[in-house]
Amino acid sequence: MVQIAADALGCQVKPGGLSGTPSHTAYHPRWYRERVSTYWWLWKWRYLKFVLRELSSVPVAYFVTLTLVQVHALSDGPQAYADFQRWMTHPVFLTLNAISFLFVLFHTVTWFNLAPRAIVVRLRGKRVPEFLIAGSNYAAWLVISAAVAWLILRS
Amino acid sequence: MAKKPIEPFLWGLFSAGGVVAALLIPVHLFLFGLAFPLGWLTPPGYESLRALASHPLARIYLFVLCSFSLFHWAHRFRYTLYDGLQIKHLNEVITVFCYGGALAGTAAAGYLLWGLR
Repeated sequence: MVQIAADALGCQVKPGGLSGTPSHTAYHPRWYRERVSTYWWLWKWRYLKFVLRELSSVPVAYFVTLTLVQVHALSDGPQAYADFQRWMTHPVFLTLNAISFLFVLFHTVTWFNLAPRAIVVRLRGKRVPEFLIAGSNYAAWLVISAAVAWLILRS
Repeated sequence: MAKKPIEPFLWGLFSAGGVVAALLIPVHLFLFGLAFPLGWLTPPGYESLRALASHPLARIYLFVLCSFSLFHWAHRFRYTLYDGLQIKHLNEVITVFCYGGALAGTAAAGYLLWGLR
């Protein structure tokens, strides 16, 4: 880009420019930026992994919708709940559930692996190693999952 | 985008929702979405599941699970649209859609769980 100076436009420029009141040109230099393709993330595994991780939020929203429909069916009565259970056996829902489950697992793993970077824990002045923080997250996950499953299966 | 004072709060919700989603969604989705429909495990009967879900603590638990997960979705999906699709000119629409959706979902969860007896 060529910046057009004031004198090139034929304006009067005071000799010794800077000593006078500063004047501004209406033209701002435009930086050269290469256009990035909309699909920049498709061609490298690291980028694709990032986008897949970000996209895991969609299955999260799907799960919440499903849960709210389930709660609605529960309060509607046995017939409504039987209908809900029947939908869940439909291949479309089974496929959606399976894909969503994989995405949510991906979210869980990436989230726990990132946790040690987000929370730096120090014990007696020494930084707790990353695998301990990630490991305690995984342990909590197992215990909580087992507890939830036990509560649901026992009922 | 200019930093707004509300941004740290939204990020906090995103983060809390991320933890809730990571810890709790897999087991729920596995049981109700795969294991029960496919007959791998015997699902609880209607009456007992209803009794379990309508316990006050369970209703609070489900409300937190749904609401926080939705705010997690809102924040992450908003930035997915920014980064992935380069549609920055739709900023306002995306913001309203994402957080508005999370608010609407939270309201729906509150309404449904309040009425669950």
